[in-house]
Amino acid sequence: MPVSTASQSYDVAIIGAGPTGLFSVFELGLLGLKAVVLDVLDKPGGQCAELYPEKPIYDIPSWPVISGQELTDKLLEQIAPFGADLKLGRQVKSFERRADGRFQLTTDRNDTIDAAAVFIAAGAGSFTPRKPKLEGLDSFEGKSVFYAVRDRASFAGKDIVVAGGGDSALDWANDLSEIAQTITLVHRSDRFRAAPASVEKFRALVAEGKARFVEGDLASLTGTGGKLQAIALKTKAGIETLAADRLLAFYGLNIELGPIAEWGLDLADGKQIKVDTEKFQTSTPGVFAVGDINWYPGKLKLILSGFHEAALASQEAFRVARPDEKLRFQYTTSSSELQQRLNVNATKKVA
Amino acid sequence: MAVLNVIDRDGKAHQLETVEGWRVMELLRDQNMGVEGICGGACDCASCHVIVAEDWAARLPEPREDELFKLDELPEIAPTSRLSCQIIWSDGLDGLSLTIAESA
Ligand SMILES: Cc1cc2nc3c(=O)[nH]c(=O)nc-3n(C[C@H](O)[C@H](O)[C@H](O)COP(=O)(O)OP(=O)(O)OC[C@H]3O[C@@H](n4cnc5c(N)ncnc54)[C@H](O)[C@@H]3O)c2cc1C
Ligand code: FES
Repeated sequence: MPVSTASQSYDVAIIGAGPTGLFSVFELGLLGLKAVVLDVLDKPGGQCAELYPEKPIYDIPSWPVISGQELTDKLLEQIAPFGADLKLGRQVKSFERRADGRFQLTTDRNDTIDAAAVFIAAGAGSFTPRKPKLEGLDSFEGKSVFYAVRDRASFAGKDIVVAGGGDSALDWANDLSEIAQTITLVHRSDRFRAAPASVEKFRALVAEGKARFVEGDLASLTGTGGKLQAIALKTKAGIETLAADRLLAFYGLNIELGPIAEWGLDLADGKQIKVDTEKFQTSTPGVFAVGDINWYPGKLKLILSGFHEAALASQEAFRVARPDEKLRFQYTTSSSELQQRLNVNATKKVA
Repeated sequence: MAVLNVIDRDGKAHQLETVEGWRVMELLRDQNMGVEGICGGACDCASCHVIVAEDWAARLPEPREDELFKLDELPEIAPTSRLSCQIIWSDGLDGLSLTIAESA
């Protein structure tokens, strides 16, 4: 994956690496258009990979059954020939049309991306961490309160409280116990939904006195200027207050529309982007919306609908990105041009 | 017809129509109670979180383990929290009362 530089140019910037965003790379690639795909998650696949990697899907044409993760893997294999840049772990914050008619996108990790057209394939919105409802929480976020570990070394020698009972909570409690001053795991019950080996390891650390477990919920945070000093916990025995300078909260992910609501696009119901059913273009020319995020009369939120929409939107994206070229309709079975783009041997026959 | 009593996120009370065999999440979603049901009832998203009236909680079928785990993941739950996609409507539930939980 290339590292982001100041500004990079593409034909199309795709917001969202769910099945629709990934298949858009394919349809655009067949037309010779170069794409970048951005997602706030640190892995591709959208809902399929994040919410139901193991669950079987039965309504993908020609796949009688395929799991969410298998579908994602197959899509990645299918789009590999087009060499699209996959930029993960960043949320697209805004985009604007420049004087020359092209678009400039910005992310929360300060990438700037320049593209002739934009595909919004954002599903139900951004996957974002669920947050505990604690007073003053936002003043501590990014300084003492985190929802992921980006810089492990910064936790060394700290009094750390980890909240949650899933894999992330257990794995990080185990891992950080090596470098923390103290580590306390707080969870509502001692029923953990994590790999048995991690649970076992954690219980062993507790037995050795290297970690503590408190059955309870977070109650409040104390500190000043973003520096956390203490955390109060609600337990069956009452309120217990711990000295703590770091909180890691792992309450799973939520989906929220996020910045899209502020992009000045016509929305249906305040949640889905209105498009036409010929080009799947939004109220802003050159900006398309495909997959679960769009709305038109008769819309069905199905993976196969997203695939169809991506194919049609790509046609118009070509006209936007290559106004001087003529669009030619071709089949992958018979066009040597398409086969070249797909990097396949034209004489090879499917057995 | 059997009814479902709902208090929405703004504290407003509603009496909803019901369909035998539907998930309560579907009844809430299709009657615009602000429940998204993103995962379609697969117990994967918790967007259908509700708090059941105390006198009803014990009368519902017990939650399965995957529902308990999903609820455990949420930062805040009540003693009678349920995922409404895991409650299948039957006319025996006539008068069931619940409050839609704030989205986490
Ligand atoms: C449990 C479950 C079962 C399902 N079963 C089926 C089924 O059997 N058949 C079927 O057809 N469909 C099924 N679906 C629905 C299907 O998963 C969706 O239709 C599909 O995932 C939509 O794809 P998408 O690419 O449009 O959006 P998504 O998969 O939602 O992907 C959108 C991506 O965009 C990202 N994103 C959003 N905003 C931003 C931003 N501002 N910046 C960066 N990234 C952003 C999100 O993080 C997300 O990863 C199911 C869904 C669930 C949850
Ligand atoms: S609808 Fe997703 S958990 Fe109930």
